[in-house]
Amino acid sequence: MDAEIIIFICIAIGLLACTLGVAGILRFPDVYTRLHAETKLTTFGSIFLCLGIIAYVLSQYLAGGDAQYIVLGLHTLLALIALAFTNAIGAHAISRAAYRAGIKPEGVVDRLSEVEQK
Amino acid sequence: MKPVAVTAIFAFLAYLLLTAGSGDVLFWSWPEIVAGVLIGVVVGGLSASWFCSSGNMRMAHPFRWVLLAIYSIGPLFVEIIRANIDVAIRVITGNIRPGIVKFNPGLSTDLGKLLLANSITLTPGTLTVEVDDTTGVFYVHMLNVSEICGEKEMCDASDIFAFFNMPAWIRRIAE
Amino acid sequence: MIDPWQTALSVLFILILLVMIRLFKGPTAPDRVVALDAINTFTVCAILIFGVAFQETVYVDVAIVYAVLSFVGTLYLAKLVGRDI
Repeated sequence: MDAEIIIFICIAIGLLACTLGVAGILRFPDVYTRLHAETKLTTFGSIFLCLGIIAYVLSQYLAGGDAQYIVLGLHTLLALIALAFTNAIGAHAISRAAYRAGIKPEGVVDRLSEVEQK
Repeated sequence: MKPVAVTAIFAFLAYLLLTAGSGDVLFWSWPEIVAGVLIGVVVGGLSASWFCSSGNMRMAHPFRWVLLAIYSIGPLFVEIIRANIDVAIRVITGNIRPGIVKFNPGLSTDLGKLLLANSITLTPGTLTVEVDDTTGVFYVHMLNVSEICGEKEMCDASDIFAFFNMPAWIRRIAE
Repeated sequence: MIDPWQTALSVLFILILLVMIRLFKGPTAPDRVVALDAINTFTVCAILIFGVAFQETVYVDVAIVYAVLSFVGTLYLAKLVGRDI
């Protein structure tokens, strides 16, 4: 029973973070700020969804399940690591490409443009 | 010879991780172990020059991997949670003040730069846009540039991270 | 009691539909790449949840491969946008 509550809380946090990430993608003014919302909130949401899955798998295993549940949890963990690393690197690639394509960020300071002019 | 061996061992461990639970020799069956050894040797021979391109074997030490795991569960996770609450509040209120600032962590190895850039991207309202390879300067896009940081030419680590000194952690792990 | 996996899947489906607004509307090319990246992340999560709901390890393996391949796709799109190729 307790495990079920933990699973529900993890999934709720994950879905809330994903929803806020989508709201950020739709609301923010330019590419860079949208990337902030996308990278951080969706990665955080998927981390918590995966934690919910791992909690479910562990509870099933401890309740007398077979070794297949452990395999499922291990592979979920691997997928989570792959997702977290690739999301961050993909965000660098997109922001660098956007800057090279000549899209200037809206904002108060832009130290990068000072360097490119020199 | 050494790069090939290191790459082969890494490929073998990754294969074992993916096939865990297939049999009863510990967790694996014999055919899987034999296949893993063969695939590991082939992958090691093919991609050693790429995997160990820096010629630096510091990360082959298991202690550093333990440290990396502690780092990602401890300080990084706390910072990620703080960052997400911060960004979520900014999404709802729409109160942002974006800009690109300079930040020099003083790291020299490629792996250290990669880890720090990833940590910056996953933590408080910051996103690495460009890294200058010769000087090691990071250009960081911040969602909310503080008054002090906007005035200064070069920002400090305390302006970017809230609780922990991440560059010091990275230096301990990767350099 | 409601089934958590079914709820999560429906919410993810609605979120993917919402991100598609940005994918079609996005004023610049990088905006579309950002939306596509978000859709890929949600898809990976959805496949993981499918795998747990049906208790099939193979689905989770598919999710790992999808995550890595979508990353390669994002990198190539970014190169294209940044005019490196």
